[in-house]
Amino acid sequence: MTMQLKPGTRLYSAVCETELMTIRAPADPIAVTIGGVDPVLDAGERPGAGEVVEGHGGGSAMGKRYVDDAGTLELLCTKAGEGAPAVDGVLLGTKDAKALPASD
Amino acid sequence: MHLASLLDMVESGFSDRALLEGPDGPVTGADLGRLASGGATTLSPTGGLVYVGENHPLLPVAVFAAARAGVPFIPVNYRLDDAQLIELIDRYPDADVLTDEASAPRVGAHRDVRVLDDWLAALPSSAPIGEAPDDDTAVAVVLFTSGTTSAPKSALLRHRHLMAYLLNTVTFGGASPDEAALVAVPPYHVAGMANMFSNLFAGRRLVYLRRFDPDEWLRTVRDERITNAMVVPTMLVRIVDALAGRTADVPTLRSLSYGGARISERAVRDAVRLFPGVDFVNAYGLTETASTIAVLGPDDHRRAIESDDPDAIRRLGSAGRILPAVEVEIRDDVGTPVPPGVPGLIYVRGEQVAGEYATGSVLDADGWFSTRDRGWLDEGDYLFIEGRADDTIIRGGENIAPAEIEEALCSHPGVKEACVVGVPDDEWGQRIEAAVVLEPGASVAPEELVDHVRGRLRRSKTPDSVVIRDALPYTPTGKLLRRQVLQELSDDGGTPSTKRED
Repeated sequence: MTMQLKPGTRLYSAVCETELMTIRAPADPIAVTIGGVDPVLDAGERPGAGEVVEGHGGGSAMGKRYVDDAGTLELLCTKAGEGAPAVDGVLLGTKDAKALPASD
Repeated sequence: MHLASLLDMVESGFSDRALLEGPDGPVTGADLGRLASGGATTLSPTGGLVYVGENHPLLPVAVFAAARAGVPFIPVNYRLDDAQLIELIDRYPDADVLTDEASAPRVGAHRDVRVLDDWLAALPSSAPIGEAPDDDTAVAVVLFTSGTTSAPKSALLRHRHLMAYLLNTVTFGGASPDEAALVAVPPYHVAGMANMFSNLFAGRRLVYLRRFDPDEWLRTVRDERITNAMVVPTMLVRIVDALAGRTADVPTLRSLSYGGARISERAVRDAVRLFPGVDFVNAYGLTETASTIAVLGPDDHRRAIESDDPDAIRRLGSAGRILPAVEVEIRDDVGTPVPPGVPGLIYVRGEQVAGEYATGSVLDADGWFSTRDRGWLDEGDYLFIEGRADDTIIRGGENIAPAEIEEALCSHPGVKEACVVGVPDDEWGQRIEAAVVLEPGASVAPEELVDHVRGRLRRSKTPDSVVIRDALPYTPTGKLLRRQVLQELSDDGGTPSTKRED
């Protein structure tokens, strides 16, 4: 299933604890999954059953930025889980933000 | 992105983590989300939320309530006199007004106000789930410039500027659950806002000092097991004074950042010595740039203090390097970029650079913002700030930065603070005069200080006169009121221009 994302759209995994925040999104709808399964847009819609699909179990890590190759999509993980985010079945890579000393 | 999304992230990432300490105990990320959503329903959907008061442990509830309601948060300096305060608040006639207990009678005589504690105590416990605002081009925070050179201007920071700063410089969830940040800067200062947003984004517990006091600051760092703190230079100097040479007993403190005004290198060295093992960070930024745009990091401080490399030592007096997501250019008076080592006006550009007032944007066609600060870059891209362009002294056609002379004066062991200004002079256009405050118990003749500077700088940069003062005038957030010093020195009038052989 494709969905239209925009900055601020929250994604909740249907099969694990993962929660993602959309930082940057392409103009058109995309087929995003977490743990290989379509995510839901509201925590209350989580089915409460289901499993991470094989090959999508790499997990998500708090604070990591997940990006596509085109650089049009960026999802920030706000809650870690067992499932990994993907678009069109392809696992997303991570972008390493440069660590800066805390100035405030 | 919108600050309402930041609140979503805090709720998601730190639902069980204590981030604030309220009157009824710890406030988790989930609590903050609930309280702010409840608060949003009490606000008028237009106009804004004005806050007049000191820091408050639950200040973020008000800030995020405004974000959730889709209205700007407008913190006003509670130390202003009644007329100034009312003038600023009345720029926002439709805004809701919250105050602390002490400011309520003053503001309440003129506008309807709610006391923050009362507002918090009466927040609806379950808020209706409405559509969260997401227009990141809307104004998130209005701050008033300090008005040291002119009437305060309303600087506008839009959601996208503040979020760009966070996303480009802070790691979400980067703090471990035992970390805590102490906010000592008042809410109406950009650093007070940045302090709050970036520590919540990192997942670091926030502890507020209602108002700064050096002993209270030291006690709170120790008692609350503070790991990170940010102060303005006058606060750092007062903390060092309060220590009176003793090493600070703050075993949990890891990082101490300072910024917001100039500080003498000697004051930094004194502080570093009394806080062994603490990482020092110097941050340079402006209200109009949504906080920090350049950083001198802990390694730079260590190199300057431990090594004998002249470049490393010199860089302790710099603002460090510009953030990766910000561009900087030094330009001459006609707008042409100048090479490293040459001073000029500092221009910056980047996603966090707002450069906008209520009267309109001051960004140029290519998005550059003139900071109105003068400075230069060295070969290693370290940015040296000379001060406000308006404060530059022009003596006999030569541009002279007060900062360099002040630094030379402060390098004398008997000098605690210095302010150098250009006093109108028939012969030179401006002559250089200095007002200095001596270290307690020090006795130094003005002539000795003139000689001291002459030994370090060339003759044209040597003060024509030096007067000793008991104190220099500062704003509460540590900005030196040069105009006031200039006024006093000009009014003295009797000081004749020393005829010098240049």
